[in-house]
Formats: sequence, C-alpha cells, structure tokens
Amino acid sequence: MRQNKKQMPKQYETMFILTPVLSDEQTKEAVNSYKKLLKELNVKIVHEESWGLKKLAYSIKNKNTGYYHLFQIEAPGESIAQVEIAYKRDERVLRYLTIHLDKYALAYAERRKAKLSNKKIERKEEVTA
Amino acid sequence: MATTTPAVSTDKGEIRYLNPPVLEVDREKYCRFKKMRMKHIDYKDPAFLLRFVNDQGKILPRRLTGTSVKYQRKVSQAVKRCRHLALMPFVADGLK
Repeated sequence: MRQNKKQMPKQYETMFILTPVLSDEQTKEAVNSYKKLLKELNVKIVHEESWGLKKLAYSIKNKNTGYYHLFQIEAPGESIAQVEIAYKRDERVLRYLTIHLDKYALAYAERRKAKLSNKKIERKEEVTA
Repeated sequence: MATTTPAVSTDKGEIRYLNPPVLEVDREKYCRFKKMRMKHIDYKDPAFLLRFVNDQGKILPRRLTGTSVKYQRKVSQAVKRCRHLALMPFVADGLK
C-alpha cells in the first residue's frame, strides 16, 4: 500500500521569481534550464505561465522587480525536493513556492486555464480586427 | 394632571438631534465562500485577497469579515503565500 502511495504522481504548482538583472535571453535560459531539470526528473508539465517582469510588493535582495514564472506539474513527491534544492542553489532565483494542489485547487486551475486561453483568443481577435 | 405628565416626560426623555443619527444597521454576516460556493482560494490573486486584509496589510479577523472557520484558515494560508511571493506586502501603510 505504502509503495503504491509513493508512486502515485500528484499535481503541484511551483512558482519562482527570477532577478530582473538578467537579460531576456538569460531569463529564457534560466526557465529552460528548469524545464530541462523537470524533464530529467520525469515530471510532466501540465501548464505553464509566464507573468513577465512584475513589481514586488517589497524589496528582495535590493530588487524592486522580478520575473515571475509558474509551472503546474504532475510529479512524484520525491522529485519536488530536488527541484527545491535546485531553486535554493540558484542565485538567479529570488523566491520560490511549491504547493500541492488538492481537488478543489485542480478544478480552479482548470477554470483559470480556460479563462486565460479565452482571453488569449480574444486578444488575437482584437489584433486581427 | 394625568393628561399633562406623560407629555412632559416624553419631552425630557427624548434627545433631539439636528440631523437624524445614522444607526448602524446590524446586517447579517455571512461567509462569502459558502455563499458563492468557492472551494478554493487562490494565492495568486492579491486583488481579491486585499478584501481580507486591513490597510496595514494585517489579516482581518473572522468577527469582522464573517468568514467561516473552514475558509478563514484557507484565507490566511493564501494571504501568507501571497506575501511570500511578494505579491502582497507584509507591512504596509495605507493599502486601501
């Protein structure tokens, strides 16, 4: 039973803030490096969101802005620790947060995704019009 | 005598205001999450969480917001996560 539980992949949401010091390419590189890491750990990326450069509510390491990025992933529990270690060792990451999504959070995430995709479509339509 | 006394006593008993005093109506408090059937509170939405916080950025007590115990726990969790990600300040002055 226990082993079964261990192998069950759960859905997590992991978010990190990168320093604004990095150039566009460097931020892309950083995000890609995390994507690679997730791939190596056999983690499935369900959803991905990039919020871009945002103002921080308070300064972290004397920075007033940060680049926000969000992953929704389906991962076995053990891999989360490894991802967090990677965040901790990375000087480009100002902050990170990983949470487990329960069933209500999953439903919310689905709705959020739907809303976002709708918005995107609307925007595209606006552009074309 | 019997007819005049009640009239006098009511005059004394009544406090007269120039403007009618605005009495706070005791509105029935309710848990907005139960009413709206929201099961999950998002930590990524600081604009919404701002309602559960005072202008210093402190979390408001249940007795003011009317949130039920179950959802107050979730609100506080969400606000704390929001603060951690610098979407919301820990301390502020005049948030609203």
